[in-house]
Amino acid sequence: MTALDEKAELDRDFTELYRTHLRDVYSYSYYRIGNHHDAEDITEQTFLQAYRHFARAKAESNGRPLRPWLIRIAHNLAANYHRDRSRRPQTHLEDAAVISAPHETEELVTGREDATAVLRGVADLPDDRREALIMRFAIGMDNREIARALGRSEGATKVLIHRALRQLEGELEKRGETLDE
Amino acid sequence: MSSDFERLLQGALVPVEPSLALSERLDRRLSTLTDAAVGELAEFDPRALRDPRRWARLVVAGVVAGGAGGALVLVRARQQHRRREASGFKALERGMREVSADMRRRLRR
Repeated sequence: MTALDEKAELDRDFTELYRTHLRDVYSYSYYRIGNHHDAEDITEQTFLQAYRHFARAKAESNGRPLRPWLIRIAHNLAANYHRDRSRRPQTHLEDAAVISAPHETEELVTGREDATAVLRGVADLPDDRREALIMRFAIGMDNREIARALGRSEGATKVLIHRALRQLEGELEKRGETLDE
Repeated sequence: MSSDFERLLQGALVPVEPSLALSERLDRRLSTLTDAAVGELAEFDPRALRDPRRWARLVVAGVVAGGAGGALVLVRARQQHRRREASGFKALERGMREVSADMRRRLRR
């Protein structure tokens, strides 16, 4: 197989990966960032970065799924995004813009009070717990995949998710927003 | 943990479809990248030499590389020549100083 053939095969594999997981990367970015515009940027950067390192990632994956690797890239980019925003001094005008443009994710469940309350509760969780729940419920990743994406052991990830669920349920109960109906 | 609660979470954290504009933009950017990468590789593929359209480029590249190499050799040759000239002049200077010193010694006697 010539270098050209190998490159063509690699590009075909990448295209398949991209088509299969575009929605996963976008969903994750959207729940992490909270608005469509920046989530699109993060998604685009994730795939461009993934393309650059795809050959190595594929070789090192030993046949394991590459979704956790993609989500990890998105995860790091989202963390950079939040870090940059927290460092940037905001003018009064920007403050006003933030207040008038809240997290848009609740728009997805407009009219559903129970889901709105859950999204608010998820947003208030500590970062690692929130990220694990997004990976589990918005993308449908299992413990093994989440562990790989977060760079933790499977056992630690199981505990993390369990604690996240317990904390969220407790918070919703405290706020009187449990939905026993 | 109740499975009802997990179902509720699943209903709240629904997957979000990316916009068509994003898909199209990413398609375009990735196609540009893959085409560029394949183009670069083709330049290094020995089979590409069979294409006469590439010969002119190779000849030009050869001439440029040859010219650069030739210029480098010339520069080095000139530098060495200057060094040799400089060392020859210094030897002559040294010789002259030695002769005049010897003459002065003889005159003092």
